[in-house]
Amino acid sequence: MLNAAFGGLLIGSSALMLMFFYGRIAGISDLFYSGLNTMNARKHGTESIIFIFGLMLGSSLYYFIANETFPLPEASFPLAIIAGFLVGFGTRIGRGCTSGHGVCGISRLSLRSLTATIIFIIVGMLTVGIVKHVL
Amino acid sequence: MFSKDFMLSAIIYLLAGVIFGIGLSISGMNDTSIVKGFLDITGEWNYSLAFVMATAIVITTVGYRYLFSKDKPLLASEFNLPKRSEIDKPLVIGSIIFGIGWGLYGFCPGPALASLASLSPYSLAFVISMAAGMFMSKFLKI
Repeated sequence: MLNAAFGGLLIGSSALMLMFFYGRIAGISDLFYSGLNTMNARKHGTESIIFIFGLMLGSSLYYFIANETFPLPEASFPLAIIAGFLVGFGTRIGRGCTSGHGVCGISRLSLRSLTATIIFIIVGMLTVGIVKHVL
Repeated sequence: MFSKDFMLSAIIYLLAGVIFGIGLSISGMNDTSIVKGFLDITGEWNYSLAFVMATAIVITTVGYRYLFSKDKPLLASEFNLPKRSEIDKPLVIGSIIFGIGWGLYGFCPGPALASLASLSPYSLAFVISMAAGMFMSKFLKI
């Protein structure tokens, strides 16, 4: 659990950095979408891609130093494609994901973000439950 | 070739991304089986995700309070915060759809993008499909 707490501390610190320098919410779905629209200079499109690259670099760095292998997701293209689509579609419609709503939104005491977070956690639990016990 | 402003913001965003990425990996959040273990309350519940979120929220809440007491961020003219406050249909429907995708595979956007570095073709498929889903959301009015 110490690793979980330390990881949370780092994620929170990263969110504070973007707010301190640029007044920006560290929502990954928003950063990725801004990155996809690199023409959008106002939302730091190019910098957002650099942030995503940093995510990969930071994670790789950790596994390299800890001498662990990068955890791999389930080897199913249909599942990856369906789930990926739902995650992309849902986070745009709902205006945020685990980081934007779950961490940053709740931290600014937004009732919208708290509601979103409760919904996607409960629905995520139901989905896992249904896949495991019904299907 | 690049402006000084851009170089500075590139370094800050890179650093923030690296710190976030270390946070995801050290806490186990890049591992879909750990995330699914959190969402599976009928099995041996792995509550580490709750711990990660709780710690991040405490740090960020305290930090935000301090930052918002200032007039503006250091390198921008104003804090760019979401203005909506009502709990509307898109918020609810979007969060439900995201929850289904998250539960199906165990990836939310952060870990999915970080795991591109693992060179897994399944991560790549997930991310391409996620981008497609984001673009599609523009054409569907909810």
